[in-house]
Amino acid sequence: MTTPDLEVDSLVKRFADYSAVDDLSFTVERGSFFSILGPSGCGKTTLLRMIAGFIAPDSGDIRIGGNSMQAVAPNRRPVNMVFQQLALFPMMSVGENVAFGLARRGMAKEERSRRAAAMLERVSLGGAAHKRVDELSGGQRQRVAIARSLVLEPTLLLLDEPLGALDLKLREHMKIELKQLQAAFGTTFVYITHDQSEALVLSDHVAVMNRGRFEQRGTPQDLYYEPATAFVAGFVGANNRIAGHVTGSSGDIAEVATAQGWQVRARKSGAVAPGAAVEAFVRPEVAVLERAAALLPKDHPHHAGAVQSLLFDGANSAVLLTEELSRFEFRVALPQTGRFADLKVGERVFFSFDPARAICFAAADAART
Amino acid sequence: MSSTPAQRLWQRRLVLTLLLAPALLWLFALIVLPHIDLALLSFRTRSAPRHYQPSLTQYRTFFTEPLYWHIFVRTALLSAVATTLTLVIAFPIAWVITKVAQGRTSALLFVVCLIPFWVSETVRALGWLILLRESGVLPALLVKLGITTVPVELLYHDATILTGLVYTSLLFMVVPLVSSLESLDNSLIEAAYDLGANGFAILRDIVIPHAAPGITAGCIVVFMLTLGNYLTPNLLGGKNSQWFTELIYTQFIVRFNWEQGAAFGFLLLALSTTMVALGLRLSGQRFVDVMRRS
Repeated sequence: MTTPDLEVDSLVKRFADYSAVDDLSFTVERGSFFSILGPSGCGKTTLLRMIAGFIAPDSGDIRIGGNSMQAVAPNRRPVNMVFQQLALFPMMSVGENVAFGLARRGMAKEERSRRAAAMLERVSLGGAAHKRVDELSGGQRQRVAIARSLVLEPTLLLLDEPLGALDLKLREHMKIELKQLQAAFGTTFVYITHDQSEALVLSDHVAVMNRGRFEQRGTPQDLYYEPATAFVAGFVGANNRIAGHVTGSSGDIAEVATAQGWQVRARKSGAVAPGAAVEAFVRPEVAVLERAAALLPKDHPHHAGAVQSLLFDGANSAVLLTEELSRFEFRVALPQTGRFADLKVGERVFFSFDPARAICFAAADAART
Repeated sequence: MSSTPAQRLWQRRLVLTLLLAPALLWLFALIVLPHIDLALLSFRTRSAPRHYQPSLTQYRTFFTEPLYWHIFVRTALLSAVATTLTLVIAFPIAWVITKVAQGRTSALLFVVCLIPFWVSETVRALGWLILLRESGVLPALLVKLGITTVPVELLYHDATILTGLVYTSLLFMVVPLVSSLESLDNSLIEAAYDLGANGFAILRDIVIPHAAPGITAGCIVVFMLTLGNYLTPNLLGGKNSQWFTELIYTQFIVRFNWEQGAAFGFLLLALSTTMVALGLRLSGQRFVDVMRRS
């Protein structure tokens, strides 16, 4: 078994009144794309800056390629970082930016301009070496920032929300490009973001971070289909969050009633005692919508509601319903067939969902979020 | 009431002219006019009482008299040294104010740099006299500490003049440096560090190129102030400080030779213009950019 490229061992960083990183341990395998996903203020930036060496941990160790990074300055670590605002040097040309790290290693001028040019070629910016940084588009700058780091062949590339400053269209495009670049170079990427879509699309493994700890680590599919905590269920992907208490249970399915008396059924995650306060999560695409109750699957509980608003968004179209008994706002994804294209606001509709594909957590867990 | 575009343009120009009028008047009456008169003065010589004729005698005297030459070059060199010293001292101060200190501390440090300027330059120079004269505070301290056996005269040295000049000019260097360092994004420094640069490489490749307009602006201002300073060299350097402004003063006031004084004045102006142009050329910058960006 090869040494993991990154091993983090009981890492702690406290600021005056809170723990930014709270006793965190994890490893990142060689050549993988690892994302840390969390809301702002969860400690992910602090974690990344500790790996880069800009912040010293209070305790714990970081090993990169098997070597402890204690007392190793950022300019001596086999790690490079792509900054949120990219931090390209405006006083240098594109080629000089890419060659900057090589120059610091004392490489001869011809050799480093040759390597910089080759690297720019690989990120499809061949011939841009002489350009000024401000002559490039947002996406091109992004590629220069990555090229500038990758030309040093780091063990680990850290990316601090590098797509945050781009507009939506370019962001979608750069997501694909980043994934392809990582596959082409085979460098281990550690990527932090608050955008769950970026994390899901790009990563081999994702850790969901909250309050200085990892709530869950796993593949994007694990996080989406098998969230370990209420926080993960609420943060990753769209979800209907239904708060209530357990009124009964059969096997691993719990019967949950909301304060307004609406009854839903969901699979239990962890210990869920009868009578306990819980939160149930139902994904919009798990629910099935019909105009007549008889058309819904027979073996799942049926619910009725009125259309409150239509959220047309092409393939991601959904409808917001108001559940009849509880006035609960419930989101259902619309099928791609266009069958409900003529749905009207105020119309009475019926929906159901497979309780096995809904999930509920004890509310003590939920209260923490 | 509607007006044609031509009328509106004319009105706009009128407003602009009126707004600029006080400044233009000031510039013309107090700077341009006297200089024209001084230029005329410098190009004539007195042949008999109340009789003058055009000549280059004043300038010829300057070039043929080694003492004048010597003082001229000495003033230029010492001013350049003072400017360099001011830059070297002001840069770390500006760095601490912008990048190290936070919030209130940063503002406080800036005020500390400003405080000496609440006192007039004369009083400050006299303060230096009290500290440095033979019977002053510092020589007495040196004796007490056993470093010297008898009190030494610390005034009237070139080093004393330089100290005074640097002290007087510091703020004029710190201000443009602070404003140019403030606009330097910290992530650029971190990125350079991350890419393997050490402190020196970051300073050379990132910080100084970014702060270049501020450095140039500060150097221009300090150099001009130092070159034209009369009080500090005279008080701290004594009668033998040999500063070019003293020479001008002597010609105008003591010798009553306005023609010679005017010629010296123009030579000083030529010197400062040349040095500024040279500095800009060396640092590859344009005057307008420097003044705008700092």
